[in-house]
Amino acid sequence: MTTNTETPTDTATALPEDADQLTAKLRRAAVAALPPERLLPDRQPAYVASWIYVFGVLTLSALAVVILTGVVLAIFGPSWWHSSTVGLFVNSLHLWSVEVFFFTMVVHLWGKFFMAAWRGRRRATWITGVVSFIVSVGAAFTGYLSQQNFDSQWISTQAKDGINSTGAGAIFNVTNFGQMLMWHIVLLPLIVALLVGGHVLLVRLRGVVPPFAPTDHTAKATEADQASPQEIMVKGDLS
Amino acid sequence: MQTLTAVMGHMVGSLINLTGPGRYIHWGFIQISVANLVVIGLMAVVFAAAILIPFRRHGSRD
Repeated sequence: MTTNTETPTDTATALPEDADQLTAKLRRAAVAALPPERLLPDRQPAYVASWIYVFGVLTLSALAVVILTGVVLAIFGPSWWHSSTVGLFVNSLHLWSVEVFFFTMVVHLWGKFFMAAWRGRRRATWITGVVSFIVSVGAAFTGYLSQQNFDSQWISTQAKDGINSTGAGAIFNVTNFGQMLMWHIVLLPLIVALLVGGHVLLVRLRGVVPPFAPTDHTAKATEADQASPQEIMVKGDLS
Repeated sequence: MQTLTAVMGHMVGSLINLTGPGRYIHWGFIQISVANLVVIGLMAVVFAAAILIPFRRHGSRD
């Protein structure tokens, strides 16, 4: 009886010709960019010990509740969420988790704006966050239009003139319930999930932006801005 | 659940009268509901608190 002592990575590229496989190349690139200890770190730089750094993960938690309650609403449908007590409760959870999502996301946005969080090759992190915010506004708007009540009728008839004045009404008809529902439960959540996923991976890749050094009053990138999370943890608190 | 909803409704309703049209503030071309303004104010308060309140650190190895 023999024992296989090879690691999965070794096994995957055991044959030299396999090293050129697209899958093998992709795996090597992914592991090199985001090794497990960076993808799921158990330590953060010292400067992260501030309440302002909590709002990103609060936003993610609220988004998880939004998606979870949205899935439950999709399973049972409008007659359930309008008529049964449990349906009304889940519907309310869906609404209030969206309120928490936007509340915490705005505080997160303010915090990152005043930290100039795009410093140190973090432009893509900033941009994916901004675009996520804008798409989330669209997702919330189509959600209000999908309520199937007088509120959604009022919002759609008020919004149609504004939307039509931009020319977008040609393809985006706010009075078309079916279209708004599909945008709300398929297209926009998919885009938000992809953007947020990319945003989180970029945070892991580039690290959490450090605060400005006390003597640095210029926008010029410092050594701390450019440092990777691992380098910062080795060096300790850079503030 | 219905009883709980009714009780909660009365409790909130006794604090803030939610019956009737919403109140709006007009300032030049800017028009905003009082409810939205309150939420923006709360966000500003939470933002300031998040910066000012110290963050307790447990089991730090630094």
